[in-house]
Amino acid sequence: MSAFVGKYADELIKTAKYIATPGKGILAADESTGTIGKRLASINVENIESNRQALRELLFTSPNALSYLSGVILFEETLYQKTTGGKPFVDVLIENSVIPGIKVDKGTVEIAGTNSETTTQGFDSLGARCQQYYKAGARFAKWRAVLKIGPTEPSELAIQQNAQGLARYAIICQENGLVPIVEPEVLTDGNHDIKKCAAVTEKVLAAVYKALNDHHVLLEGTLLKPNMVTPGSDSPKVTPEVIAEYTVAALRRTVPPAVPGIVFLSGGQSEEEATLNLNAINKLEVVKPWTLSFSFGRALQQSTIKKWAGKKENVPAAQQAFLARCKANSAATLGKYAGGNADAAASESLYVKGYKY
Amino acid sequence: MATVKLSAPASQWVGGRKSLGRGPSVRPSFRRVSVPVVRAGSYTHELVQTAKSIASPGHGILAIDESNATCGKRLASIGLDNTEANRQAYRQLLLTTRGLGEYISGAILFEETLYQSTTDGKKFVDCLHEEKIVPGIKVDKGLVPLPGSNNESWCQGLDGLASRCAEYYKQGARFAKWRTVVSIPSGPSALAIKEAAWGLARYAAIAQDNGLVPIVEPEILLDGDHPIERTLEVAEDVWAEVFYYLAQNNVVFEGILLKPSMVTPGAEHKDKASPETIAKFTLKLLHRRVPPAVPGIMFLSGGQSEVEATLNLNAMNQGPNPWHVSFSYARALQNTVLKTWQGLPENVEAAQKALLVRAKANSLAQLGCYSGEDENEEAKKGMFEKGYTY
Repeated sequence: MSAFVGKYADELIKTAKYIATPGKGILAADESTGTIGKRLASINVENIESNRQALRELLFTSPNALSYLSGVILFEETLYQKTTGGKPFVDVLIENSVIPGIKVDKGTVEIAGTNSETTTQGFDSLGARCQQYYKAGARFAKWRAVLKIGPTEPSELAIQQNAQGLARYAIICQENGLVPIVEPEVLTDGNHDIKKCAAVTEKVLAAVYKALNDHHVLLEGTLLKPNMVTPGSDSPKVTPEVIAEYTVAALRRTVPPAVPGIVFLSGGQSEEEATLNLNAINKLEVVKPWTLSFSFGRALQQSTIKKWAGKKENVPAAQQAFLARCKANSAATLGKYAGGNADAAASESLYVKGYKY
Repeated sequence: MATVKLSAPASQWVGGRKSLGRGPSVRPSFRRVSVPVVRAGSYTHELVQTAKSIASPGHGILAIDESNATCGKRLASIGLDNTEANRQAYRQLLLTTRGLGEYISGAILFEETLYQSTTDGKKFVDCLHEEKIVPGIKVDKGLVPLPGSNNESWCQGLDGLASRCAEYYKQGARFAKWRTVVSIPSGPSALAIKEAAWGLARYAAIAQDNGLVPIVEPEILLDGDHPIERTLEVAEDVWAEVFYYLAQNNVVFEGILLKPSMVTPGAEHKDKASPETIAKFTLKLLHRRVPPAVPGIMFLSGGQSEVEATLNLNAMNQGPNPWHVSFSYARALQNTVLKTWQGLPENVEAAQKALLVRAKANSLAQLGCYSGEDENEEAKKGMFEKGYTY
């Protein structure tokens, strides 16, 4: 069978295209309760629902920030939360032309017999859950698969397992009206050079698209969320231009033009690094038939969270910081970022060795 | 670390000959970009340059790699015996056509032809160089029955392929071609698709290792009464498999060319499709399966009439594409030429003119500018033969 064309096909294509609007990108605010607890802990704020709600309200009501975003990925709890004034977050987003998305995976577990490689869980009742999320206003979903680089990694087993998982998740989403963001993250951990990262990224993406095609996924109704191609975290850094060349080459070799947009993960890069790299990627003068944008978590929120520090009186300043990062990344998607008025927080590396979500 | 400059001028090409210096490009010029080559072989830079030069705007490939047996059929159709002298005379007619290089960027030859010369003793390869046409060579050894399949075929030719490619490179070839087939009425079976794709991938890796740009040709035969939607399904399966195995064999995508069949209904389907419909379905296939790193997609004509093949190509070029979308035609470039020649020396000039007419028409089609005026009846005759074997 050719690509699956269920009852949502036209809507999926439209949604994916809209999310891929040049000049816009995605805020990944889908940290699980455990993970957002780490963020709050870093500013000495208690991990209770009202604080989680307060942080997300800060972000979603930042004046003008939403105009630079086409989508926000939410965690399940947040999908059903409201502002202190009683307005559902979903409505706040939709009224500002931002599409709500939902994280649907249930985290990673180790694959027995491998060297700590993982697969992603979350298939049970996934179709039914997607239907519920669609009813609640979500129109896209996200599922994070993880691969690592090592002497014998990623193994063929890990690649196949994660590729098949992404494909199965993707078609279930499309059956139920959600645009699947396909995220095969190759971790930066390690002392490998950029060529190694490129070879692995290309291998993984080739396997992912083979699996998507085998599962009849409608590529026009998907988005890709890959890592940028960089040296390992323990290796010497390279310039954004070099990162751009390797990254775009890898994507040109693996991603069919039917995919409307590629939204990069930031994976531990500092706010400024992530923006500079995205900018260099978009400045590259070579045919790039998909838009190249962002789906950043830490790289959009780091300085915002620090400025907030959990205090109500800091909210306006924190929102200003958030707006600044949104604007900067929007410019980067057009290759027009003029470079940092970045403060210390924006330049701070967000890399954590062996980072667990 | 080897990096390959994407837009660098075609410097040394074909053993020291001058760069191609093609005419004004219709595409915007990009500044030089390095293509990082993660798995570089010794020929990678040259492969990328060659593929790019074949895939240049307004240009396509003339396929004249008919085996001796097949060439015999062509000669028989105009009453000529299948002798080496006649085959040489016919290829000489084609390869000494002045001005051919304005529309043709590559010519695929059969082995015999690669080593032949004009009656004046000028090597055919040199004739091509003069017109800035890259010589190519058919390297497969034909189709044989695939055991365990549903009466399907597989393509032979991997044994000794490396040394043959190296020899052809010495003789002046810079690209290769390998044609395998997939039959929709036969399924196609998963076995046949897998074998077709794997054979192509192995051939491509060996060709690149020995300096030849591989043209990757899994022809989905026109035979059958299936609708165009079915062709799209099968084509998507075949190309997904092909690209996956190419990647597994570490083939450098910037240094290959594709030779697909267009997505059309089967020849015996009740409805014919318009060029616009064929373009729509074919472009859908390409967008869903062909990574932008591939520089050129050179369609086969597979039994379409000369005019059909041109109209369909033109319809595909009505908007910008992320790859060069062009032609690699045999029958659809040669049919009128043969009929005009009739084997008579006094007709050579007229026959060469006919070749230029078709080449120019397809060049315009590649640019999306073909208008279809002044086409004669012969050019509109379909050339589909049921169960056609090469």
